Amino acid sequence: MKKEELPQDKKIIKGEDNTLRKVLYVTDDSGNYESAQSDGWEAENYALTQAWEDIDEHIAETREKVKNGEVSPIAYFMLKNLMDIPILASYVGKWKWVVKRHLKPSVFKKLDKKTLELYASVFNITVDELTKFPAA
Amino acid sequence: MIIENFEHHQYAHCESGVTVNLLRYYGVELSEPMIFGIGAGMFFGHLPFVKVNGVPGTTFRIWPGYIFKRVSNQLGVKIKVENFKTPEKAMQALDEVLASKRPAGMMASVYYLNYLPPAFRFHFNAHNLIAFGKEGSEYLISDPVMENVAKVSTEDLAKARFAKGFPEPNGRMYYPVQAPKTVDLTKPIWSGINQTCFFMLTPPVPFFGVKGIKFLGKKIKQYPAKLDPRRSALYVGNIIRMQEEIGTGGAGFRFLYAAFLQEAGKKFGNDELLHLSEEMTTIGDQWRNFAYSAARTCKARSGELHSYDQLGDMLIDISGKEKDFFEKLKKVAKNRK
Repeated sequence: MKKEELPQDKKIIKGEDNTLRKVLYVTDDSGNYESAQSDGWEAENYALTQAWEDIDEHIAETREKVKNGEVSPIAYFMLKNLMDIPILASYVGKWKWVVKRHLKPSVFKKLDKKTLELYASVFNITVDELTKFPAA
Repeated sequence: MIIENFEHHQYAHCESGVTVNLLRYYGVELSEPMIFGIGAGMFFGHLPFVKVNGVPGTTFRIWPGYIFKRVSNQLGVKIKVENFKTPEKAMQALDEVLASKRPAGMMASVYYLNYLPPAFRFHFNAHNLIAFGKEGSEYLISDPVMENVAKVSTEDLAKARFAKGFPEPNGRMYYPVQAPKTVDLTKPIWSGINQTCFFMLTPPVPFFGVKGIKFLGKKIKQYPAKLDPRRSALYVGNIIRMQEEIGTGGAGFRFLYAAFLQEAGKKFGNDELLHLSEEMTTIGDQWRNFAYSAARTCKARSGELHSYDQLGDMLIDISGKEKDFFEKLKKVAKNRK
């Protein structure tokens, strides 16, 4: 990539400026490599925007599912903390299939205080915030 | 306390940048492309069955920790690499290293680093940074992807060092102990070149090296038939992010590698390396074209067979170019005078 082709597209994600000026390697007029700073590039900015849109849609969908009693609040807070089942399982130190079961409202209702405390601490919330979600 | 003579410089890639900044403190002054090339950092891998947040993993670099170890080994720098069982022990060990006036490299999750813009903070655990001092309960951090130094609280740094998921940093800390006064780069450069040729050309499974690029190209062609438009776009979007977001220097490290070959070529007066550097730049430009087209395809969300088919063809073409490239590079390394 030539120096003059280096894009400077600010990373606006969900209306917020998330630009992180970074270093790229580019060539000058005689083909010599040098490093240069860039604000970003529309292609990568779009890929990141799209990833966040997907996460936000998932969070909103899951919130509805918790409301309708289809999944437990753990499913919601897992997504809210950008985790998936394997990541959450390693944070709480449980098997993936165990965590998967805890996403069922019927199983969630029967969880003991210790287990709830464990999840709440990983999500950085109180047990009440976890069990009473969504409050209103 | 602060380690006085430590200098922070911004670089493209976290592990290469950490290595450059650490070695400079010990008087070994090398460029980032040189570190990346000697460290044999360039690679390709696509693992459809290893999914993160439901999206298959793609990488443009070798596994974490490899560059620092390889470069140190090649240059005769003595290093110490430690993992820890508990955050308490890990943070105590860090304080001791800092007290002995040694800047410490660490593996960390970006999720807990609040000096980064929020949109970047995923559970990505293979990030690298250096601590070079402590003020009260805050550590002074040199993160190579940042223009300036940053501060991180003890609590956040402990969390970042003990993030869970894949890979798990386990508090990994690494630093040089002793460096030679002078280094001869001839052997390390050729050895790094040979190693990268080996990584790119010889893996016996289809997921890695030049074969991996072709493999991914074929997979992309199947996306519209196998996935809904949203997932197809997310899968392709993830490739763009791995290729261009923080820390590759552009085109999934291809420009960084071309810069390395150019520096090596000038150093040795080797025209073949200079020519191959140009060729790698052209391949890098092709990767950029791929990312540009891929973003457009995602945006359209059409799921039209046609565009995904074209994207797949672009990668299959790149795979052939890289195969040809590394075969030539291997020959140059073999026939060097």
